[in-house]
Amino acid sequence: MSYQVDEKGYYGDFGGAYIPEMLYPNVEELRRQYLDIMKEESFQKEFKELLRDYVGRPTPLYYAERFSKKYGTKVYLKREDLCHTGAHKINNTVGQILMAKRLGKNRIIAETGAGQHGVATATVCALMGIECIVYMGEIDIDRQAPNVARMKMLGATVIPAKSGSRTLKDATNEAIRDWINNPVDTHYIIGSVVGPHPYPDMVARFQAVISEEIKVQLKEKENRENPDYVVACVGGGSNAAGAYFHYLDTPEVGIIAVEAAGKGIDSGESAATSALGKEGIIHGSKTLLMQSEDGQITEPYSISAGLDYPGVGPMHANLFRSGRGEFISITDDAAMKAGLQLAKLEGIIPAIESSHALAIFEDRKFKEDDIVVVNLSGRGDKDLSTYIDYFQL
Amino acid sequence: MNRIKNTLAQNTKLLSIYFTAGYPEPEDTVSIIKDLEKNGIDFIEIGLPFSDPLADGPTIQESSGVALKNGMTTKKLFQQLEGIREEVEIPLIIMGYFNPILQFGVEAFCQSCAAVGIDGLIIPDLPVEEYNEKYREIFEKYGLSNIFLITPQTSEERIRFIDSVSEGFIYMVSTASVTGSTKGFTKETRDYFRRISEMKLRNPQIVGFGISDKETYGQATEFAKGAIIGSAFIKHLNSSRKQDIADFVKSIRPV
Ligand SMILES: Cc1ncc(COP(=O)(O)O)c(C=O)c1O
Repeated sequence: MSYQVDEKGYYGDFGGAYIPEMLYPNVEELRRQYLDIMKEESFQKEFKELLRDYVGRPTPLYYAERFSKKYGTKVYLKREDLCHTGAHKINNTVGQILMAKRLGKNRIIAETGAGQHGVATATVCALMGIECIVYMGEIDIDRQAPNVARMKMLGATVIPAKSGSRTLKDATNEAIRDWINNPVDTHYIIGSVVGPHPYPDMVARFQAVISEEIKVQLKEKENRENPDYVVACVGGGSNAAGAYFHYLDTPEVGIIAVEAAGKGIDSGESAATSALGKEGIIHGSKTLLMQSEDGQITEPYSISAGLDYPGVGPMHANLFRSGRGEFISITDDAAMKAGLQLAKLEGIIPAIESSHALAIFEDRKFKEDDIVVVNLSGRGDKDLSTYIDYFQL
Repeated sequence: MNRIKNTLAQNTKLLSIYFTAGYPEPEDTVSIIKDLEKNGIDFIEIGLPFSDPLADGPTIQESSGVALKNGMTTKKLFQQLEGIREEVEIPLIIMGYFNPILQFGVEAFCQSCAAVGIDGLIIPDLPVEEYNEKYREIFEKYGLSNIFLITPQTSEERIRFIDSVSEGFIYMVSTASVTGSTKGFTKETRDYFRRISEMKLRNPQIVGFGISDKETYGQATEFAKGAIIGSAFIKHLNSSRKQDIADFVKSIRPV
């Protein structure tokens, strides 16, 4: 059995394309072409060159010595925080902008929560000279002002999503509505491994460069391609999908997914989808999502805006249900402390999303000779004000 | 299903209304249905409110939000509809997104529909392929007609496929747009209405999305069998409530 997507766009029970007919032509066009386009030599060449010269890849695989010593195991950090714009998100937007160009689209829309994906999309649109519209929840616009300013500097139009709970899930709804209203010239750059097939697979493939590099780098450092564990935080799950991608069907490599418990799983303010979610449909995908008994989608909570999504990508829902992945949830407080600790131990200030992945070592013990790769999905610049408030810095 | 077929067999152009169950007040559902029938509406779509209606514009989003705040649930809707067939004869169709139906249980949902006398379903985010493969048998077991959408971008081949699996009518989305547009119909849109009518499909077509007044109703039904009004009706309910349902219907289709 494979943990990759099947021909029908499913990961086990999860995935598919539950979309209104209005979206069918666009999604179908993408589905028919994405693999062929990605295989084209000219596409691969352009993609790889941009990842190298523009994004700054390969990102280092860094042996975190003081951190490792503290927890009595060998921890490597995959430094996605060193990507241009500060997070892994740009791997996907570079890939999708090239895809959009080949599909002949001249208008780009995107959703964003914290603003990282919005910035990464605005960046590649500036690079290519393509119009960019980013939907962002009205509430998020207020709490992520610096990223709103960055998107504007990059030439994007930021449209507030005023419907529903006015956060990421509603920004995604608004982007989908825009796509319904603009069925011909527009490409929708989704920011995670969510949405209707083929998005989860396409985004995972663009992020797969993360595990592709880990294999090569680990071979150089440890003379083996496979770590014992790969650890990543999961909002929608794109950095995790990239970090797991080439290890999905290698059972010796343990997969650890870290979700945001917010104020605690039972607090009513949480984003731990695997613990709290049930099977259902969100944004065109059958997956696990947080919802009421009546099937209304509920608003998640996490101190980290990037993990504040009520669903997870279908790949991760399947990793959870099948038992292939080990799912751990981390509270706001544990994540914040882990972020501060990494700054002190290694001189790296992580994004709060990534801090969740770093926090598992307090309770989850590893063997001394285990090799554990943690995907450090982003840097903490965008989170400074949250760190400042939290620790009264 | 027979009620839908009988209505479609009438020799007139049809007018249908969509409204959101539980809006503006939680207990309005049944009285709105009765008033619509009294005023000559041919069939009704009862909107099952959903938190994330991604094919809908602001008006229906807002009415769904209010209905949910009013405490509407799928279970409550079925309670409200209990006994409706003692008073109402026209076809009743439930229009809702798939997630609440999945949570209720697809079979339980269909069974409840049949029990209260619902004739058909419109589920915009349940694509025809998934329906055929996983759910068709259940819908048919309970005699429910599942209505599919087509749009100006739907290919001829796909329209023929949808026609082949449809029983009842085809829901023809007027323009590439979410619900509630009031821009009026361009020549291009009217050409699309004509193009579809010339395909001589098995199932009659009913136009929806963007019909807000007498003019757009007239244009939509020039070639199609009928038309559905949603947002414009809901806006009307907003300002003047149900005593004016009669005025609204008259403004679209004078007797
Ligand atoms: C640094 C960082 N990590 C993780 C995430 C979560 O997204 P995903 O789960 O798709 O990797 C985000 C989203 O904004 C992010 O900015």
